[in-house]
Amino acid sequence: MKPLELTKEIVRLALELGATDAECTLAEGEEFSVSVRLGDIEKLQEAASRSAGLRVLVGQRSGSAYTSDLSDEGIQRMVRAAVDNAEVTGEDPFAGLPDAADLGQHSADLSLFDEGIASLTTPEKIEQAKRAEAAFLAYDPRIDKSEGASYDSGVSSRYFANSRGFAGGYRSSQCSLSAVPVASQGGAMERDYWYSSARSPRQLDTPENIGIIAAQRTLRRLGARKVATQKAAIVFEPRMARMLLSHIGEAVDGDAVYRDSSFLAGKIGQRIASENVTIIDDGTMPGLWGTSPFDAEGVRTRRTVIVEKGILRSYLLNTYTARKLGLRSTGNAGRGLSGAAYVQNGNFYLEAGSLTPAEVIRQAGTGLYVTEVLGNGVNVVNGDYSCGAQGLWIENGELAYPVSEVTIASTLMEMLNSITAIGNDLEFQSTMAAPTLLIREMTISGT
Amino acid sequence: MALADSYFARKFGVTEHDLETYLGEALSQGGDYADLFFEYVATSAVTLDEGIVKSASQGVTLGIGVRVISGERTGYAYSDDLAPERIKHAARTAACIASGPSQVLKHGLMEGEKRNLYPVLTPPTELGLRTKVELVKRADAAARAYDARIFQCTATYADQVKQILVATSDGVVNHDTQPMARLNVSLLARQGNDLPQSGYSGGGGRVSFEFFLNEKTPEHFAREAGRQAIAMLDSVEAPAGEMTVVLGPGWPGVLLHEAVGHGLEADFNRKGVSAFSGRVGQKVASELCTVIDDGTIESRRGSLNLDDEGAPTQRNVLIENGILRGYLQDKLTTRLTGAGSTGSGRREGYQSIPMPRMTNTFMLAGESEPEEVIRSVPKGIYCVNFGGGQVDITNGNFVFSASESYLIEDGKIGRPVRGATLIGNGPEALKYISMVGNDLKLDEGVGICGKEGQSVPVGVGIPTVKIDRMTVGGTA
Repeated sequence: MKPLELTKEIVRLALELGATDAECTLAEGEEFSVSVRLGDIEKLQEAASRSAGLRVLVGQRSGSAYTSDLSDEGIQRMVRAAVDNAEVTGEDPFAGLPDAADLGQHSADLSLFDEGIASLTTPEKIEQAKRAEAAFLAYDPRIDKSEGASYDSGVSSRYFANSRGFAGGYRSSQCSLSAVPVASQGGAMERDYWYSSARSPRQLDTPENIGIIAAQRTLRRLGARKVATQKAAIVFEPRMARMLLSHIGEAVDGDAVYRDSSFLAGKIGQRIASENVTIIDDGTMPGLWGTSPFDAEGVRTRRTVIVEKGILRSYLLNTYTARKLGLRSTGNAGRGLSGAAYVQNGNFYLEAGSLTPAEVIRQAGTGLYVTEVLGNGVNVVNGDYSCGAQGLWIENGELAYPVSEVTIASTLMEMLNSITAIGNDLEFQSTMAAPTLLIREMTISGT
Repeated sequence: MALADSYFARKFGVTEHDLETYLGEALSQGGDYADLFFEYVATSAVTLDEGIVKSASQGVTLGIGVRVISGERTGYAYSDDLAPERIKHAARTAACIASGPSQVLKHGLMEGEKRNLYPVLTPPTELGLRTKVELVKRADAAARAYDARIFQCTATYADQVKQILVATSDGVVNHDTQPMARLNVSLLARQGNDLPQSGYSGGGGRVSFEFFLNEKTPEHFAREAGRQAIAMLDSVEAPAGEMTVVLGPGWPGVLLHEAVGHGLEADFNRKGVSAFSGRVGQKVASELCTVIDDGTIESRRGSLNLDDEGAPTQRNVLIENGILRGYLQDKLTTRLTGAGSTGSGRREGYQSIPMPRMTNTFMLAGESEPEEVIRSVPKGIYCVNFGGGQVDITNGNFVFSASESYLIEDGKIGRPVRGATLIGNGPEALKYISMVGNDLKLDEGVGICGKEGQSVPVGVGIPTVKIDRMTVGGTA
């Protein structure tokens, strides 16, 4: 049976066994991965997989099950388990499928799949990785070890059907090329990485560029020192600004909001960030990593303004969290295979400013340019922020020397309200994106 | 126990002949070594949230991974279908890594030794979900009764039984049944209009369901989570800078996992990219420190009868009186470096290539009384609970995030402080350990370790220790 037909059949079976509503997700994927190290293949992996998950409602009770055994017997067992499981749960007045008006999908091509994904042969993929590694090994004699380079690619499909008549599926492709050099100086080693990802190999950056950027990032970490404990300006490079943004994403997650476990709960309409900060979630931008024609509940994806010039405008909501808050879904349901939907961002980004990254660093004057954050010492319940950091010291508005083994601390609320400069270097390399950001002051803990 | 007793023989009729056929396909292009990893996992979980049992779920995953090693190369493929044709296809795909004359299995398959570190009275998966629902209801009731300031509580019970069968071209066939169960309580407390504070507690292991009725009850976890959240209501800003840090016993052992454990995994050391590379025999910690990784402790979360490459787990001394003794090995690293097996080859599942991993990592007890350790500190911080941690194994910098800690002033425990990250350097940090308590405790059984995208359950443990110098990332 074709996958979409199978999801509909599973929904039908669930209703037959006593479910009053049902939703079924089926995921298929093919993956290929090769890593090379010191010019030879280190690991090569290739496989395909397929599994399904089901959530049913029996009145206001819900139950779930999943299986990778898609034989008739495996499916029967899954459906029975989901219906049986609903018996032990409690009545939840807010449980239920989306409202009919919200169900739907974009018919326009969102460019998630590119036929070009299949254009490289295995030897060519291996060659790409070898070239990336060769580029960083040749770049500087201090790069004397390698953690290798990898080419990964995959095609995945997701199908979804529910008992309210929604059925849809889409296919997406992705590939990436990454490089991990190790450099030594005076008995100390440093490692960093760089990568490029795209829907098809022709959109990837060249192996040489990836290798060289990885080399430069690694080399500039050599000779790092600790700095004294102090309060100073912090500049987050885009990759790290993206991590900061991900904590804002957690804080506007409807699930945290309705439980009152977010420092942004109840703050709609209030100023929560500097006036230059605008944050958007958009699940409809063609080709990007957070794009899909419908969310994990069959709700049409959309563009939502989360923060507008510093004012909190919306949360990220799926059907359940929207009902809990008396709002409407923003098309942000995500889901593994089974269980209730959680909240998942689309393309969640902080709008670019007009300054070049160098100008942002110049504005900082003195402080730390952060290129790596270690650990997850961030608490979105109360907004406390304390993380390990590595980067470069900024002196007289220029990058001066590498710094490591320090922490940076503040609260997310203070950080958002002291973003004093925003770079023009916004790039969408994952589902979250942010440009270079300057935070006026944080506590750096060192010696 | 013979192959015939394994889940895969009983349920899917897998025979020794089948295993030899698949291994033969895997070595059809040459290669030095091949193995098969069959896996079947049945899971169940119930969650109670806002006083309602909101979800009950069950699941099954099933599959086989085939690996071929040729020199330093690894080829890997898997199938989620156990039909012989699909397995042979996976074996031929993995075989592509090698290029040479086909290898013939030199000897038949031998059954490995058997032991049972997790004798389970009632396999959790055989109980109905209703019994499990009772546990989360009890946890919720106990949490709400603990203090009126607690306003949100989520309790989750989850268990699984994993069946594995490993067959290797060097002649080993071994299988295991691995149960796991865990109960978690997370809650929020608030005072007036202040921002809420959270509390978290959980535990379990490779245990019977009875464990939660007789040993660590839902009330135990609920009260512990409640205690943390209530304590944090009075917290002040954490200090910033270098200071004396005292770690409480148990879960703070995550220090060892991050500071030294990962850096001692042999895959990094084989490539010379760990801060601990080439340091065996050198002093990397104070002589008060002896650090063990032991996969053989009965019923622990990180324990295994055999690792995911079919080798028996063992007790490995990593650091002895401050001296680095050895690394954690998997099959590939032992083949390439000539080191002996440590039974540390683990993988998340059939879709993943094994790597050297930790099991239960802990420091042996010392001689100091815990009170004496605290009394010796004029000014510092006492950390009793942590969130997670992370390490850069190449430069050795590690962090771990304290979720519950207290100021120490004049040898006395003072006010609680807000969450703060501690940072140090692996080969240096443990040299500053100046006192080790006599109160070694293992954690309650909640650890999950992530490496290269693969998660595996682990345990940690530590006695009360005093670290003379470490950077604390507060704001005050």
